[in-house]
Order: sequence, then structure tokens, then C-alpha cells
Amino acid sequence: MNIAVCIKQTPDTETRIKLTEAKTVDESDINFILNPYDEFAVEEALKLREKFEGEVTVISLGPDRVNSAIRSALAMGADKAIRIKTDSNPTDPNVTAGALAAELKKGNYDLILLGKQAIDDDHAQIPALLGDKLGIPAVSVVVKLEVDGGKLTAEREIDGAHELIECSLPAVVGAQRGLNEPRYASLKGIMKAKKIPIEEVDAELSADQLQVVEFNYPPQKNPGKIIGDSADAVPELLRLLHEEAKVI
Amino acid sequence: MKILVYAEQREGQLRKIAFENIALAKQLGQPFEVAVIGAEIADLAGQLGRYGAEKVVFYKNDSLGNYSPDGYAKILAEAVTKQGADVLLLGATSTGKDLGPRTASILNAAMATDCTHVEVDGDDLKITRPMYAGKVMATIRLSSAVKVVTVRPNVYSAVEAPATAEVQEEAAAVDFTTIVKEIISGAKGKLDVTEADIIVSGGRGMKGPENWHLIEGLAELFGAATGASRAAVDAGWRPHDEQVGQTGKTVSPSLYVAVGISGAIQHLAGMSSSKYIVAINKDPDAPIFKLADYGIVADLFDVVPRMIEEMKA
Repeated sequence: MNIAVCIKQTPDTETRIKLTEAKTVDESDINFILNPYDEFAVEEALKLREKFEGEVTVISLGPDRVNSAIRSALAMGADKAIRIKTDSNPTDPNVTAGALAAELKKGNYDLILLGKQAIDDDHAQIPALLGDKLGIPAVSVVVKLEVDGGKLTAEREIDGAHELIECSLPAVVGAQRGLNEPRYASLKGIMKAKKIPIEEVDAELSADQLQVVEFNYPPQKNPGKIIGDSADAVPELLRLLHEEAKVI
Repeated sequence: MKILVYAEQREGQLRKIAFENIALAKQLGQPFEVAVIGAEIADLAGQLGRYGAEKVVFYKNDSLGNYSPDGYAKILAEAVTKQGADVLLLGATSTGKDLGPRTASILNAAMATDCTHVEVDGDDLKITRPMYAGKVMATIRLSSAVKVVTVRPNVYSAVEAPATAEVQEEAAAVDFTTIVKEIISGAKGKLDVTEADIIVSGGRGMKGPENWHLIEGLAELFGAATGASRAAVDAGWRPHDEQVGQTGKTVSPSLYVAVGISGAIQHLAGMSSSKYIVAINKDPDAPIFKLADYGIVADLFDVVPRMIEEMKA
């Protein structure tokens, strides 16, 4: 089975996002990692390779720094890597999806895996966009995946329930937390990953149709009130929720 | 600027976000129509009319009762063109987040996901959406001819504004490769944190899954959904679909009750836009108290049973 995994490099979850004077994101102190949802995608690809044999190719888009996220995926066990070279990440997910789709069309992939969203821009659009651009089924927010012959069955998490979806291969699958438990890279894996060349290709980028005008911090909440230091504060809490906040 | 509101249904029931987005369309002061896709929906005109919809097109087919990602997207993209819309509003629900980008891709439209504020600015839309799970807010503009916007549930309130809705039925073509075979009933009917008006969440301070009856008991009395911190999910105490925070769900309920949650930055990012926050924690230095409107610094195992008792009284 020939599997592609599209990955993104994102700030880690502990990062406090700082803004510059120009209201852009200050990247200087950011610790970048492999997008956590993409880790589930890599893991699932490796599990499928163990079952069906084949090859796992990691594809990412971005500047040089992205290579460290690619190395993380290679260290987990992916076989090959391609980086689509850009100076920065496009602001419009449709542009990113277009560039990824152009690269994916060159490979003969049975399955394309990726995280259901990146934890930086939170657009959560790429799986569906790739499905449309490649003209193949796409199922995202998947918590269970079974592949059998030319067919896949996926359990997709929806608000308050799960949907069972069937479609044919090739297909795009967006991974959700719960799909699997990503493996840690072994020392051997890390050493091996260092020797795998990352193929670099030029990007075919269309113009961004989504512009970020500026970033702002969310409105600051007023400092809260400590109502009490024992369960005796409960009646007062309930009174405030009822009379002041009017939420119950 | 003409708006098309996609009124999402699940199993023949219109979802609350449909009415919220009608309220938003009215608030934007632009002409709007409604599009519905499905098989059979009871009292469609009555329900949508109650919130002020006048023109509704129902793209109907017996095979479209359940959501089909590509099938629905083709129909919705055609609806945008047929109904002459410049803006497509969907809910940032699990269906909207899937259907939105597919439809946008067909229309070569740009899309903004999970928006918390939308306003008309001349001929344009000025949109605010959280990024980095709410650590920062981005002001967005879409420069495509058609603009697709998914709006976070619970941000705009559905407002009753009775009108007479004219429902036009259109036979929808069935052309899809992907279909939902079934909605798995095990989890059906559970109120999801992204849709809930009140959330009661538990964290590491709960000490173990065996104590979750306290969270559930309180949630039941509040009519709330149950949430959990990443610590509680990582420990295997709770399913990941309850996780609130950066690698879970970002929520904006009216009331968020954090029980035994210290408030790691990735958790705070996911719930800080809640209208009111209550924190119950015995550690007075827990970061959650900086965000809480009302805090009780005490053992949750004393406070929560007392809350349950007082509310039952």
C-alpha cells in the first residue's frame, strides 16, 4: 500500500503566542513540533504499512524549519519525505491544499492521511479540500479506520455521536485524537531518519484569497472573585449564577 | 451582498445553529435565503419562519437523509449559484466544517472556519476567528467572489422573528461516492460540548473515573454537557470527544464550570471565551482562578456534593 501523509509543523501546545507591534505572530520564541493530529496520521500509516506492506511518504509544505517536523515523522518510521518549498505558510488553506494536491497527483497513492486540523490556524479544511481537488472521497475527524481491499470503513466523530462511513480507495483520511496511540521514535529510528534525504520541490501556489488583516489578543477577562474557601460558599455561588450572571 | 444560510439537519431535525445563522444574516442587514438538504423534514416552513426566514429552498431526495460529504457539497455549491449568493453561512459543526471546505473548493471560494464575529464592512465582510485554539484572535478578509463562513455555535443567539416562509422544493440529484452508512447509536443523544450552553468539566483533581458521577450529577442538574481536561483524557478517565482545549474542542458556552482543573494554557485557550467561568479547586494558585468569574478555593469533594444537594433542594 502506497501511503502519503501530509504533515505540518506547528507551535507546541504550551506555547504562549506573542504578537509583534505590527500585530503579526512573533515566531522568535516558538518551539515548533509536528502537529499533534498529524502524529496520529503518521502512526496510522505505519500500522497500515505493517499490515499491508508498502511505503509511507511524508509530504510537508513550508520553509526550511519544517524539515525538523519531517524528521520527526521519518524517525517514527516513514520511508520517504518531500518538502514543498515556500517562504512561509500560505494564509489561505485553499492555496496549501492546491499545492499539496499538485504534489500528491504525481505519486500513485492508495491512501492520503493527515491530521484533521493543524493546531495553529485551526482551519480544519485541508482533508475536505484535498478530497475535492483530487476528486476522491475524503473522511475527516476519523477515530477508527479499517482498510480492506479497495475499500475503507471509517468511524468519524461528529457532535455527540459517531458516523460510520464507507468509501472506495484512493481516499483522504483526516485523523482525530483517539485513532491510535502514536509511537515514540526509537534512537535507531532517529539515526536512520537523519540519513533519509528530504526531496525538495518548488511550490505551485495560487494567490491567497483569505487574508489575515491582523491578530489581537482575546479580550481580557476581569479578575474573578473568590467567593469562599469552603463548601459553605456554595449557596452564594448559586445565587450569583442565578441573579448576577443569570445563567441558571 | 446576498447571503445563503445553510440550515443543517440531522435525522430530519433542524439544528439550533440554523436558527442562529438566520439571526446573524438578519443582523448583517443583507438579503438572505435558506438552503436545506435532506429527505424528509417535518414543519420546515413553520420552524424556519419562526426565526424570520422568508425564502427557503429544500433540496430533497429520499437518499439524502444522511449526510454525504461529496453529495451534499455538489448540491450546496449549485444552490449558491442558483440562489445567487455571495456569502454562504454554515455552522462550525462537524458537518459544517466538512461540508464548508468541500463546497468552497468547488466554487473556488475562500472559507473562514469557526468564526466568532462577522460584520459587513462596505462590500466586504470583516470576520473574527480564534486561532491557536483561542490564544489569539485573527481578523480575516476573504477576497474570493463567493465567501464561505462557518460560524461557531452558541456565539449568536437564535431570535424569534416570525415571518411567513415560502418553501420551494427542488429534486436534488444524487451523485456521491461517500455516504454515512449509519449514525452509531452508542453515543447518540449525548449533548456535545461544542453545542452546550453549560459545560461541567473535570480535571486531574477528580482523582479517577470512579468519581465522575459528581460531574455527571451536576451536569444533569444544570442541563449541561460534560467536559474534561487533557490530563483526564490522557489518563484514560474520559473519552477524547469530551476534551476541551487545544488538542480537543474549543467552546464558548454561557457557563463553564471547571472542577479540579488547574488551567494549563492549552486548556484555558479552549474555554476562555465562555461567558461565565466557575472554578472549583483547592489550590489557590491554580491559573484557572485568573480566568474564573467565580471561584471557590476548597476541596471539590466537599463543594460538588454540596452543589448537587443545594440544587436539588
